[in-house]
Amino acid sequence: MIELRNIHRVFHVGDQQVHALNDVTLSIQPGEYLSIMGPSGSGKSTLLHLIGLLDRPTSGRYLLDERDVTDLDDAETARVRRETIGFVFQFFHLVSRLSAADNVALPLVLAGIAPTERAQRVAAVMQAVGLADRAHHRPDQLSGGQRQRVAMARATIMAPAVILADEPTGNLDSASGKEVIALLEQLNTRGMTLIIVTHDADIGRRARRRLKMMDGRIVEDDSA
Amino acid sequence: MTAGDTLRYALTSLHGARARTLLMLLAMAIGVAAVVVLTSLGEAARRYVVDQFAALGTHMLIVIPGRSETGGVGPATFAGETPRDLTLDDAFSLTRSATVRRIAPLNIGAAPVSWQGREREVTILGTTAAFLELRRFTMKQGKFLATGDPTQASAVCVLGVKVRNELFGAASALGEWVRIGDRRFRVIGVLGTEGASMGMSMEDTVIIPVAAAQSLFNTSSLFRIFVEANGREAIPRAQTWIRDTLRLRHQGEEDVTVITQDAVLATFDRILRALTLAVAGIAAISLAVAGILIMNVMLVAVTQRTSEIGLLKALGAPGRDIRVVFLAEAALLSLLGALLGLAVGMAGTWLLGELFPNLDFSAPWWAVSAAVGVALATGVLFGWLPARRAARLDPVQALSRR
Repeated sequence: MIELRNIHRVFHVGDQQVHALNDVTLSIQPGEYLSIMGPSGSGKSTLLHLIGLLDRPTSGRYLLDERDVTDLDDAETARVRRETIGFVFQFFHLVSRLSAADNVALPLVLAGIAPTERAQRVAAVMQAVGLADRAHHRPDQLSGGQRQRVAMARATIMAPAVILADEPTGNLDSASGKEVIALLEQLNTRGMTLIIVTHDADIGRRARRRLKMMDGRIVEDDSA
Repeated sequence: MTAGDTLRYALTSLHGARARTLLMLLAMAIGVAAVVVLTSLGEAARRYVVDQFAALGTHMLIVIPGRSETGGVGPATFAGETPRDLTLDDAFSLTRSATVRRIAPLNIGAAPVSWQGREREVTILGTTAAFLELRRFTMKQGKFLATGDPTQASAVCVLGVKVRNELFGAASALGEWVRIGDRRFRVIGVLGTEGASMGMSMEDTVIIPVAAAQSLFNTSSLFRIFVEANGREAIPRAQTWIRDTLRLRHQGEEDVTVITQDAVLATFDRILRALTLAVAGIAAISLAVAGILIMNVMLVAVTQRTSEIGLLKALGAPGRDIRVVFLAEAALLSLLGALLGLAVGMAGTWLLGELFPNLDFSAPWWAVSAAVGVALATGVLFGWLPARRAARLDPVQALSRR
């Protein structure tokens, strides 16, 4: 379902050119569990951003569900992101002035879904991440693990086909990290494609398919 | 994103930055309140002056020598090319109509007035007994000019109160002889303090019989003839009658200008309305300043909330939604500020009314609606740039900011 063909991504930093992605070709099937590892600056985050349509390739084509999404306009890109992709970030990215439930409801608000339906769906996903009793707490009243679980509830509320996790455990203690990984894997077993970018070799090893990146290229592609 | 959700979201972010929001509301409120209070002040002043004017002599017409094309008071009225003098006989010929209640001729000049070594250069008015009633003046002391043959140059004078005080101080003026120019006049009265009319304070004048003034200034022509019509409805007929009579007397030539109190009133009305507008315009500058403040505050908000904007984009908000959210915030700020300002302005107007009960303070509706409209417009206008900046942020870079 995800099909990257000869993707290049070049950044201009001052008068220098940085080749963040160098001729990346990658195909990911629905329901895959994939980890991307590699040193800092190897291009793994850039790859994730491209897959999540937050960034555009300098050249190459990107097909999502057999549709070319390389050159969509802003509104259309936003719609594809909203409906197909769920993000989980290292720093949670919760809106601090909104309650947990309101944070989770944000994608529904952006999609223009009515408040009553919103409330039902929010309650369901909060239940799923085990935070039903924390719905009205603000993010600063929650622990790191709880915050990441709120973020995961938000990522899944639109029932996306793909979950993109960028260092989801990078800011958590190991116990919370394990919980988060368990939840992500649970989503994968329910059929969502899961792509995790991580530094942590233990987490990376859990994935069925493991990519290793170096200098903007995929240097290893192991399937267990 | 629905409109309701957009508003709610904007409200939460305003609520989230309370100090900032309150300061902005204050700035916008001051601007709107300034417009409301200043325009109601200007309007009150306009109404006050117009009312005062109307009270002075409602049914008055003024005959000016020389022909001017327009009805108002213009330079030509005063420059007055005078082909033929306006004489005392002309003046008294005007009384022979049912539309005219009374007339008063006016001669004007300046002369030194002295008493016991004190001397002042004063405006001298030459007129008749009718002048007092016609202009609704009152006497402070003594009597006004006597009714009787207006062609007789009796040597009596009435002093304005300021002239009296400056010449006589604590001494009694009545019955004393003062020197005006090269003649001597006996003081028979002192005018009351009220009465500044047409930019001329009556406190600073001396009134003598018109015939005396004519010989003092060595002229047979009059400066003005004041005519009081017999009621408001009689004014147009009186005007025609005056014109016709004087044309006949001047061998068919229409060489006078007759202006009505209404015309003078309208002129003052216009001038004061323009002043009110000018004051409102100055107050509106503070609205523009408030708009710029809103822009500044929204730019700061965009910078502070960069990562939030990145998140919204990652969650699937198109640039348009983000622009609308920020615009809604700016519009809410200015609208709430404007409402607050209206409340403050109304309170201020009410307070002014309590302090000066004889003035009628109320902000004109056009000023109120313009203030709110301008507030909203500046908010949205100056909110545009920050909103556009927010909408154009690169999501990857925005997300990397914490």
